[in-house]
Amino acid sequence: MNDHVTTLSEGADRGAPEAAAALRRRNRQRLEMLRALALGVGFPVLLVLIWDRSVAITGTRLIPSPYQVAVMMYDFSFGGVYDDAFSGTILIHIWKSVQRVYGGFFLAALIGIPLGMMIGRIKILRQLLDPTISLLRPIPVTAWLPLSMIFFGLGPNAAIFLVFLGAFYPILLNTIFGVRSVDPRLFEAASMLGCSGTAMFREIILPASLPAIFNGLRIAHGFAWILIVVGEMTGVPTGLGSVVMDGRTLSRTDLVITGMIVIGACGFVTDRIIVAISNRLLKWSPQHLE
Amino acid sequence: MSDEPHPIILTIRSVTKRFAVGDDKVEALAPVDLTIPQGEFICLIGASGCGKSTLLRIIAGFEEPTTGQALIHGRAITGPGSDRGMVFQDYALFPWMTVRENISFGPRQRKLAHGEIQRITNEFVKMVGLERFADRYPSQLSGGMKQRVAIARVLANDANVLLMDEPFGALDALTREQLQHELLQIWSRTGVTAIFVTHSVEEAVLLADRVLVMSAGPGRIESDFRIDLARPRDVSSPEFNALRRGIARRLTSHLAPSRAPA
Repeated sequence: MNDHVTTLSEGADRGAPEAAAALRRRNRQRLEMLRALALGVGFPVLLVLIWDRSVAITGTRLIPSPYQVAVMMYDFSFGGVYDDAFSGTILIHIWKSVQRVYGGFFLAALIGIPLGMMIGRIKILRQLLDPTISLLRPIPVTAWLPLSMIFFGLGPNAAIFLVFLGAFYPILLNTIFGVRSVDPRLFEAASMLGCSGTAMFREIILPASLPAIFNGLRIAHGFAWILIVVGEMTGVPTGLGSVVMDGRTLSRTDLVITGMIVIGACGFVTDRIIVAISNRLLKWSPQHLE
Repeated sequence: MSDEPHPIILTIRSVTKRFAVGDDKVEALAPVDLTIPQGEFICLIGASGCGKSTLLRIIAGFEEPTTGQALIHGRAITGPGSDRGMVFQDYALFPWMTVRENISFGPRQRKLAHGEIQRITNEFVKMVGLERFADRYPSQLSGGMKQRVAIARVLANDANVLLMDEPFGALDALTREQLQHELLQIWSRTGVTAIFVTHSVEEAVLLADRVLVMSAGPGRIESDFRIDLARPRDVSSPEFNALRRGIARRLTSHLAPSRAPA
């Protein structure tokens, strides 16, 4: 490929070497992308292969083979194989889980971001709330399970509450951190330009702490998907977490793994969406681009 | 411009400033008195710790004097205001706003009509020669361009006192020279009053109508030089060098005693 480019640049006019360099750069970029794709996809494929071989060699009946999981996934998505309670129900379960994950996540953002901004800026509020937050934060979300069932009963609200708890602290703490680390010069600059009061929150504090807030949102979003299994342990009939729990009760490991894969895929896809939104909103900040 | 003396825009009346540093109190400013006529270009020069930045921040309204009064147009300064614009050494541009948005920030805060904001913004983007970069973010600009935006930002907000805290200190020599030149043009075109803090005697003599030499321990104004050289000034002329030497001598003569007690 390179040989071809050199001969072209030698014989041609002044524009050619530049064009050749650009072509070479583009080729290198394409090669780089191909390699990233090959590595990124190749590794999970290798894991599945190891899984398949391990099941075959040990002859275990406790773990299904990748093929069995694939069949289960097909049945879960489209039905027509086992025709049981789970056949073709994937969208209902995803939709229910999405409602709970984002119910809890958006509730956490709705409370966590404004509260974090105020705690970060208002000293009295910080003195009032900081010890309580530090005390409540280390309590594992699973420990709240019994109480949340008493508060909210058996049903989706308990699940939303648990997801909320898990998502709330990363959002709150990152927002406080973001607000506290805004360059004080920016406040001076804004106030000399006639900005004050609530406009300061909207015009300066929010955008300046947005990179930290998005860090918090991304961590919290990951937790929200992690917690959906715990949240749906509270006795809801549908949702990806409940599918995994049902699979466990029924000793259907293929169903458990299928549910795990779908949760992973949902978390992955939605994380990419958050990254895309964050890249768009933070395009002014080169170090936050991925 | 007439030959009549310009009205006084800024009055500093026996202003002192004490800071608490741990249990100690540091006297940053001894009683300072100063009057500044409208449209004058003042340079504050002195060793670090002489209170020149403190004085500037008191005029900006970021700090309150411990005793005494700072007045603008005869009214006491009670806080930051859009009549006084500060240009910081580290620019302090809003990094999430484009050049255009940074410059239009003040007019937008004042809730001017949309068309008026547009007109003002275009005018000042043009004044600092950043038309081609108007939609860039600060992280995509060079230091000199950032400082141009910072100057345009306060001028677009109708500031008639331009406060500059070592604005060109972080720039390379060539860029600094160019910006000094541009600043003088902007100053003479707009008629703003400029108070410019610097470490460099040459910069002070090049720019100022008046050079105030400050000295530390506690910070005070030591001497007040009038620079009556015609602009543009020739840095290699004998008059320029005589003034530069004179000011440099004042500056260093106060360095030794001020260091001793500290």
